[in-house]
Parts: sequence; C-alpha cells; structure tokens
Amino acid sequence: MDERKITGHREFSLKRFFFQWEWMLVLIFIIINIINSFLSPYYLNLRQLISTTATFLDKAFVVLPMTFVILLGDIDISVASTIALSSVIMGVLYNLGVPMAAAALICLVVSTLCGFFNGYLITRFKELSSVIITLSTSIIYRGIAYIILEDQAAGNFPSWFSFLGWGELGGIPLMLIAFAVFAVAFAILLHKTTFGRRVYAIGNNATASRFSGIQVDKIKIIIFTMVGFMCGVTSLFLTSRMGSTRPNVALGYELDIIAMVVLGGVSTAGGKGRIGGAILAVFVIGFLRYGLGLINVPSQLLLIIIGALLVTAVLISKIRMNVKKVRTVPSDIKQ
Amino acid sequence: MIELDKIKPKKWQGKGESLTRFRELGMLATIVVISLLVQMRNPNYLTFENINDLLTNTAILSILSVGMMLVIVTRGIDLSIGSVLALSGMISALAVSANPNLHPLTAMLIGTVVGTASGAVVGLLISKGGLLPIIASLGMMNVYRGLTYMISGGRWVSAYQMPESFKYIATGRIFGINILVFIAVIIYIIAFYFVNYTRTGRQIYAVGSNPESAKISGINNSRIYFLVYTIMGALSGLAGVLWVSKFASAQGDTATGYEMSVIAACVLGGVSMAGGSGKISGIVMGSILLGIINNALPLINVSPFWQQAIQGVIILSSVIINTVVKRRVDKNNLMRRKI
Repeated sequence: MDERKITGHREFSLKRFFFQWEWMLVLIFIIINIINSFLSPYYLNLRQLISTTATFLDKAFVVLPMTFVILLGDIDISVASTIALSSVIMGVLYNLGVPMAAAALICLVVSTLCGFFNGYLITRFKELSSVIITLSTSIIYRGIAYIILEDQAAGNFPSWFSFLGWGELGGIPLMLIAFAVFAVAFAILLHKTTFGRRVYAIGNNATASRFSGIQVDKIKIIIFTMVGFMCGVTSLFLTSRMGSTRPNVALGYELDIIAMVVLGGVSTAGGKGRIGGAILAVFVIGFLRYGLGLINVPSQLLLIIIGALLVTAVLISKIRMNVKKVRTVPSDIKQ
Repeated sequence: MIELDKIKPKKWQGKGESLTRFRELGMLATIVVISLLVQMRNPNYLTFENINDLLTNTAILSILSVGMMLVIVTRGIDLSIGSVLALSGMISALAVSANPNLHPLTAMLIGTVVGTASGAVVGLLISKGGLLPIIASLGMMNVYRGLTYMISGGRWVSAYQMPESFKYIATGRIFGINILVFIAVIIYIIAFYFVNYTRTGRQIYAVGSNPESAKISGINNSRIYFLVYTIMGALSGLAGVLWVSKFASAQGDTATGYEMSVIAACVLGGVSMAGGSGKISGIVMGSILLGIINNALPLINVSPFWQQAIQGVIILSSVIINTVVKRRVDKNNLMRRKI
C-alpha cells in the first residue's frame, strides 16, 4: 500500500485491480439489489430507483469533503450542527423579509464560516485533537441555532425553492445531478491534482509533509472550510425538501456521514482510501434502506443491519490486509 | 527496583504536577465563582435541597465519565454508551414490569450484566479485531439502538408499569442524600483505588501513554483494551437502570447523543484525548461543572435555549485555556533547561 503511494505509478495488474475495497462494495451493492428485487416486485423500476436517490442524497454532499477530512486523519463532528445552524439562519432571515436568494447565499456563507472556524481552531491549537474541537463547536453551533429559533419553526419558502429538493430534470432529480457534479469535482480534486496528493501525504505523515514543504495548516483550513461549504449545500437541499426548519434538524447526521465514509474504505487512521468508495457506500446504504423499506422491514432492524455491515466490512478489510501483508513480506525480502 | 519505582514517578511528575494543579485550581475557582454569582442572583441556589438536586442530576453523568476516562486514557473513544444505556435500561425495565416483585438490586444486576456483555463485544472488536475504537463503537451504537427498539417493540415502559421499589432506587434517600449520589460516590472510591493503586489500573495509563513501550515491558495491551471497554459497558448498563428509575420511563430513544455530554465532561475534567493522562478528581469536577451549568442557568432566569451554547463555549474555552497554559509551562521548562 505505502509503496504505491511513494512511487506514484505501478505496473497495472489485473489481480491488484480486482483486489480492491471498491469491488467489495460493488459486490455488496449488486447483492443488495438482487436480494431486493427478489423480495419486492416493485423494486426493479429504474425510474423509481433514480428518483428515490433524492431521499438519501442530502447527507451525501458532506460525505465528499468528509472523505478529505478523514484522509487527513482528522474528523469533523460538527457537520450536523453546521447544517442546522445555517438552515435556521436562512429560515429566519427569509421570514424576516430577506429575499430567498439572498437568504440561501447567507446560508452558504454561514456554513462556510463555521467550517473555517473549525479549521482555524484545529490548526491554531494543534495539541487538541479535531474530535474535541469539533465536538465543542458542534455544541456551540446547535446552541446558537436554539438561541435563534428556540422551539419554533421557520418555513413558508417560495415554490422555486422547494424545486431544489423535489424537482426533476428529464426524470432525474436535481439533487442527483448536483451530487454528480460535486462528486466529479471532488474526485478530480483528490485524485488528479497536487492538492489531492498532498492530502494523502499529510494523512500518512504530517510532520514529514511539513518538512517537505507542504503547507499543512493551509490545506487543513481549506478542507475544513470546504466541509462547511458543503454543509451549506446539504442544508439548502434538506430545508427545501422539508419545507421548514427547526433547530433540531439533521440530528445525528454526523455519525451517518462518518459511517458512510468509513464503509467506503477510507481509514480513520488517515492517508488511505479513495473517494469512489465513499460514493459507492452512499448508494449501498441508500438502496439498502429503500429496498428494505419496500418490504416493510422496520427501520430499527435497519439500524442493526447498517451497524453490523459497518463493523463486518471493516473487519473483513482488516483480515484482507493481514493476508496481504503476509503475502508481500517474502517478496520484500527478496528485493 | 522498588526504590527506582519510587524515584521515577516523582521526578517525572515534577513539571506535570504544577499544570494539573493549576487546572484543578482553575476548575475549582470557576465552580466557586459561578456558584457565588448565581447565589447573589438567586438565594435558593446554595440550599441543601438544591445541591442535593444538582448532585442527583449529575450522578449518572459522573458514573459514565469514570468509564469514559479509562477509555480515553487508552487513546480510545466509545460512542456506543448512549445506546448501551438505553438497551440495558429497557431490558431491566421490561424485567421489572413483567415481575413487579423483582428486587431492585436484581434489576440493577440485570442491567449491569447486559451492559457488560455489550461493552465486551465492543472491546473484542477493538482488542481482537483490531478495529479503530471510533468505528467499532459507531457500528455497535447502531446495533444496540436497533436492538433496544426491537426488544421493546417500539413501545415505552412508563411509570405506572414500574413497581415502587424500582423507582425507589433513584428517589430514595439515605440520611437525606439521594441514593444515586451514594452509588456515584462508591463507584468513585472504587475507581480511585483501582486507577491509582492496582497494577492493572496503572497498566491502563502505561498503555495509553505509549502503547509500544507498554507492550515491550510485558503488558498485554489487548487485555487492557478489552478491559476498559467492558468496564465502560458495565457502567453504562448500571447507569441505564438508574436512568430508567430516575425518569420512570424507558424509551427507545433514551439517552440519544448522551455520549457527547460524557465525553465533554471528561474533556472538561482534563482528560487528554491523546491518551495517558486523566485524573479521577478532574472528572469529578468536570461533571459537577457541567451539572452546575445545567442547574444554575434556569435559577437565574437564563432561557433554557441558551444552555447548550453556553455549555459549548465553556468547554471550548476551557480546553483552549488549558492548551495555552500548557504551552507556557513547557516553554518555561525548556528555557530553564537551556540555562
């Protein structure tokens, strides 16, 4: 694994290509779809399948930059609160008479600022882990949302705004299109640019990266700010779908989002994993939820299944890695 | 050998000690200042009744933070405790509602056993499976939460289904002091002895401050990991019973997100997420400080909607102040060494 990272390019090997976590996810994805279509005759309906993506894609926007954060070896627990705060501010401003477009813009600005604040604190106080900082900012952000809106709700958004979450272009939900655009952009950023390579370098060894001239702090701040921005995007779509907003929206999203990234094969130790895996994991969990919902599996059982899937998936990847290690040791000695 | 043991910790403690002492004095000062300010605004604050109330409300949090401290000392984290608490609370509530003659101690035992088993699974995944604590506990968090809903069938166990003897656990008083407070104090005494005076207790710190050298010096790391998550589970199980008894209701979504409050109490109490450090006296004050904030704000007519933000600001500023002071201490130590 590490070897590849250092040398950059290696000879293409079919075996190695198929011996990847993503294929495991593709396999799980296919199995889920087969089982689902056997269990429910209503499942295999392409139109329905495509439009159902809009029900779970709201979180997926944050999964993209969260992959970067976890690749750095950090974590961001404050995403759900950022979504709530920006959504609440947008709702309140609109109800105060601010035009919707301006309110939506302010929502993005607020969430971006929240992300920047996290990044600033994390780089300014390096002794503190990102867990503590984002944990306390998550309490603060949601706390501010409660101060602003107390136990009220804000809503009555204009109809064009609800088109954002419910609208379709040629049968494809607007949300899916937006997600595809963002996914491609983030994938290029991570896998085709120097910035992306630096993220991996920092995740593998922050000190060594700093000594080799990478501006670790700058990259960290940029990434946390990106997380904030994408929280704003999620907030727009989520609020649009719900039609109103309360301070307790998106409760528990942070753990769902982290679970998706980890299921996508991104190691929380940092420096390992690809964005494709995380995107696949979004759809695996999404379709699993949809399919089981069709056959009336209670959502509680779904919790158990997703939790067990997360744990076993990572366990399997651990075992695979150990097998790989044993296999590669002799060849290393030969060299 | 014995002498070496005696000398080394003292020398090592030299610079660390002043910092911990500053921290604890700072916390104590904060508690005193907040108490005085609140007392000036509302004379009902420093009454026996209110303090008893405050301590009762803090008891469950402080019991959990003992376990969480041990977990964080080994560089881990346990996100599953809210779910474990709900699961064991639900099972014990169902048990007492099915047979009202069940002795409350048996109910507590049932909850603790359920919690221990749940914690042991998380511990096994981490120690034997090699999963990162955050992933293992995140996954099991979902599993236990789902189990809680499944077992209860989505229904609540409400106050009228629980016998008086069971509710007495959290409402009864000994010498005028709530039983919950007694339980918390007993756990703190045991934990204090365990952490400071037993071999295993010290090994937890050794593993946390440097896993590699702990291993080399003959400590069975995976045993320690397994142990701390099992203890955490047992305490969450016990806390689950106490919670259900206190609020006289067991629900599927009991204590959702409570793990964050517990982690916050530990962090406030000076337990470092980097592992290896954390004191029992610290987390006592950490949880009491959180308890005071929750108790005092309504008394001085602060809107309950402000509580969360104030809590967050206090946690954030306390960890930041701590870092700044630590930097200064380290800098001074370096300068002294140069001369």
